Amino acid sequence: MKFGVISFPGSCDDTDALSACGRVGEAVALWHADHDLAGVDAVVVPGGFSYGDYLRAGAIARFAPIMTEVIEFAHAGGYVMGICNGFQVCCEAGLLPGALLSNLSRRFVFRQVRLRVLGEPSPFTAAIEPGAELSIPVKHTTGRYFAPPEMLARLHAAGQVVLRYAPGENPNGSLDDIAGVVNEARNVFGLMPHPEHAVDQLTGSTDGLSLFASLAAAAAA
Amino acid sequence: MSAVDSLAGVEQAVALGLTQDEYGLVVASLGGREPNDVELAMFSLLWSEHCSYKHSKILLRTLPSSGERLVLGPGENAGAVDVGGGLAVAFKVESHNHPSAVEPFQGAATGVGGILRDIFAVGARPIAVLDSLRFGEIDSERTRYLLEHAVAGIGHYGNSIGVPTVGGEVYFEGPYEQNCLINAMCVGLVETERLIRSAASGPGNLLVLFGASTGRDGIGGASVLASAELGEGDEAKRPSVQIGDPFAEKKLMECSLELLERALLVALQDLGAAGLTSAAAEMASKGSVGVDIDVARVPLREEGMEPFEIMVSESQERMLCVVEPDRLEAVLAVCEHWETAASVIGEVTASGLVRVLDGERVLGEMPVEALVDACPLYDLQPRAPQEPLYSAPRRVLDSSDDVDPGETLLALLRSPNIADRLPLFEQYDPVVQSRTVRRPGQADAAVLALPARGEARPGIAIAIDGNGRRVAADPYRGTVEAVLECASNLACVGAEPLGLTNCLNFGNPEKPHVAWQLCESVRGLADACRAIGVAVVGGNVSLYNEGADGPIYPTPVIGLVGELPDVALAGRIGFRAEGDRIALVGPFAPEIAGSELARLGGRELPSSLADVDIARVLAAQRAVRDAVRSGSLASAHDIAEGGLATALAECCLAGGLGAEVAFDDTVKPLRALFGEGSGGFVVSGGEGALRALGGAGVAVRIVGLVSGTRLTIVAGEARIELALERLREAHGALRALFD
Amino acid sequence: MKARVLVRPKAGILDPQGAAVERALPALGFEGVSDVRVGRLIELEVSDPARLQEMCERLLANPLIEDYEVLLEGAAG
Repeated sequence: MKFGVISFPGSCDDTDALSACGRVGEAVALWHADHDLAGVDAVVVPGGFSYGDYLRAGAIARFAPIMTEVIEFAHAGGYVMGICNGFQVCCEAGLLPGALLSNLSRRFVFRQVRLRVLGEPSPFTAAIEPGAELSIPVKHTTGRYFAPPEMLARLHAAGQVVLRYAPGENPNGSLDDIAGVVNEARNVFGLMPHPEHAVDQLTGSTDGLSLFASLAAAAAA
Repeated sequence: MSAVDSLAGVEQAVALGLTQDEYGLVVASLGGREPNDVELAMFSLLWSEHCSYKHSKILLRTLPSSGERLVLGPGENAGAVDVGGGLAVAFKVESHNHPSAVEPFQGAATGVGGILRDIFAVGARPIAVLDSLRFGEIDSERTRYLLEHAVAGIGHYGNSIGVPTVGGEVYFEGPYEQNCLINAMCVGLVETERLIRSAASGPGNLLVLFGASTGRDGIGGASVLASAELGEGDEAKRPSVQIGDPFAEKKLMECSLELLERALLVALQDLGAAGLTSAAAEMASKGSVGVDIDVARVPLREEGMEPFEIMVSESQERMLCVVEPDRLEAVLAVCEHWETAASVIGEVTASGLVRVLDGERVLGEMPVEALVDACPLYDLQPRAPQEPLYSAPRRVLDSSDDVDPGETLLALLRSPNIADRLPLFEQYDPVVQSRTVRRPGQADAAVLALPARGEARPGIAIAIDGNGRRVAADPYRGTVEAVLECASNLACVGAEPLGLTNCLNFGNPEKPHVAWQLCESVRGLADACRAIGVAVVGGNVSLYNEGADGPIYPTPVIGLVGELPDVALAGRIGFRAEGDRIALVGPFAPEIAGSELARLGGRELPSSLADVDIARVLAAQRAVRDAVRSGSLASAHDIAEGGLATALAECCLAGGLGAEVAFDDTVKPLRALFGEGSGGFVVSGGEGALRALGGAGVAVRIVGLVSGTRLTIVAGEARIELALERLREAHGALRALFD
Repeated sequence: MKARVLVRPKAGILDPQGAAVERALPALGFEGVSDVRVGRLIELEVSDPARLQEMCERLLANPLIEDYEVLLEGAAG
């Protein structure tokens, strides 16, 4: 099973995501200017500040050459996981519903937060007990999840909200404590927390590993 | 009337900051010819305090600059030490005080940007940033403005570029009200054999400028600003503030590192203060060669720029490299890959001259030696002050003996100099790059893992510290204490010092009492470095830090890097388990004078600090370090601001556990609880492990146990009993600033 | 042709920057200010102004969360 991790100019967590993926499968780097997904089974759009986050977080990266391939890959059912800036890119690209707005504090926030995995089945959380709590860090300035009321109702009804901040842990003012959502077809997942920074007890926690492991199992199946 | 007076350009030279005598030397170094405008602009910048270190260089030569582990010493963009496994760690601390006082967000951001470039200029990948900040009293509106924007600026740059901010310190004291301090430290990792120097060589080789285009940013900025006191009319200086672009720097960094990885460069240098002028002259000087620079080939951001403006522009995110002609194509291809503009702007010559050209026209021609080495160095004229230099701090607390010590402890925890820094640290990313084993607040020093060597997980530890108030009281002993404090921080995570960097933030050195502070402080720094066995690998000097009310507290900021064999055993502040014993280790001899409690009580600074028994402090550090490395201690924390009671409270809060502690024999409880001094540690663990710390000159006293959810301290007649919740509430006082 | 695009948060979307400005103004003695929204201004030189709307929809603004307004230099009003 092979992961591909995209690097845009301004990506910061691409190397970390690559090594996290490497713990549960094969992992290769993909370059923003290429039109080649190198035959990967799953794509990770990593965190950072692609193109400086200028204009709007994710707005310019969404038009990178590689994204044409990612969008096509996703529409064909390929697995895509967007982490933080990658979540913003996927929303801008129309692969995921909603948008990420500036934190209510207007400030960058780094925090180790507790997350709840919801019961809705998804290939990204299949290896995790529903209701389980994960300890994973967030770090962003633009992480307040927003969807218009009708869209939000549809997301809840269809079980597309798969990750929430535990009560009292919402770091950015996200609607309904939403930390991660999947698309309707459940093959694209976006989340603000950084599971790639929770894969080694030495550096804090191993709770993020289960998300990569779930994805690896799904993509290998 | 002297001969210099009659020279045509002398007035302009003086306006640009040179003295009449210095101008005379410039003329002499040009063989009797007066400089033209381009040349004068270049001389005035390179001979400014900021570039020439003319008031501090003689003093800095007294610092130990060689060591077993040193692989790159002072004089390069950053120094480096060997950390084993074929790897070296490069590091440096630098100030950006004056730009930050004018525009705190950009000043702090570009301060981080500048120090990052210093690190990747030697070929190292930046792996950590730390910062050291000083502001006026917290209730001043200006302080809050500076704090909010400086912190945001540091975060903006470091977070966006993907380098973790792993530590830092901040203090609030009246003497910094008019002149805040923003020092940033960067640490980089590099394969030792890939370290690159900045010496240009090989006449015929090309000078390639890459990165951002050149605009009027910072013209006369850093160099002139940093060489004069800020006074009235700071607003007028605003246009010269540089604007940082972390996205451009991220690409510039990846581009530079790839160029070096592929061994395409002869030399590399970042553009900082005095821009191209300084970069080109420094590279030529180190390589004993000459350079020709054609200003017509420098990509510009603004129209109508004068040649001298191009030569002195301080536009950010630019690097200059020397390339062999047959590698140019490969270099340009790497730059294109990283969307980084690059242009050949000149070449290395054998002339020994810096020549500035505009196409065919020669605009300036100066011997490299004249620019870099002919600047006169000044001996300081130190004189110890007869009167106290600083007024007593404003009294905000009744610190007399009859106040409830529990209330005093809460007041200390609430003090902005002691309160939890989490509200600041939360604005920085400490984990990117996946090396951070101890984040801010978890331990006394940041701990980063190095690549595993077989089963071994070695790492480095980094601490940054400096207590201006104590240095103001006693420049020699205060500086010794600051170095020892950093070494104690390292000991608490199990690390041994490898190398030291420093930023000397002082007032106007032409004033005898400031010169005295500087001389005494450097003497203390040298002695302390020899004591802990490290070299000063490089650093920075920031002088003329004064406001209308006088000089800042003399503030040497110390950055110390050490190594530890196994990061999995790195120490923590927090108590870990109920029932663990608590011990006080080391030659701790606390005094109230010069302490945080004395500050809150509005007491004047003492005229000196107590002597430090360095040998005994080192013995205690060794004992703690060895025990942490063996894994026998549950926690380790050094006693600093706020004294023993504060340290105990911090251990409780970090671990979420209470403690019961007693010193029955104490006759001066206030001093025992809140006094400050070097060499004290609070550690916890099993009784056997704690007793084993003793011996060979190390005092160990078991004083209590980890228990429950309250902190109880009995010290002679005094008694403190407080629930963790109350401690936590007081300790969280800074949160309100960022709501 | 010179064009200006004004982008602002859609009505009903919480704008913390606007809220911060709204809080700060009275503190400086500027009373009677409400409904502050902070957006951005994009200036551009375009050869075909007819395509501006598409530029806005696809890149310059995110229609889910932002409104935009196009102003052409020299245009009436």
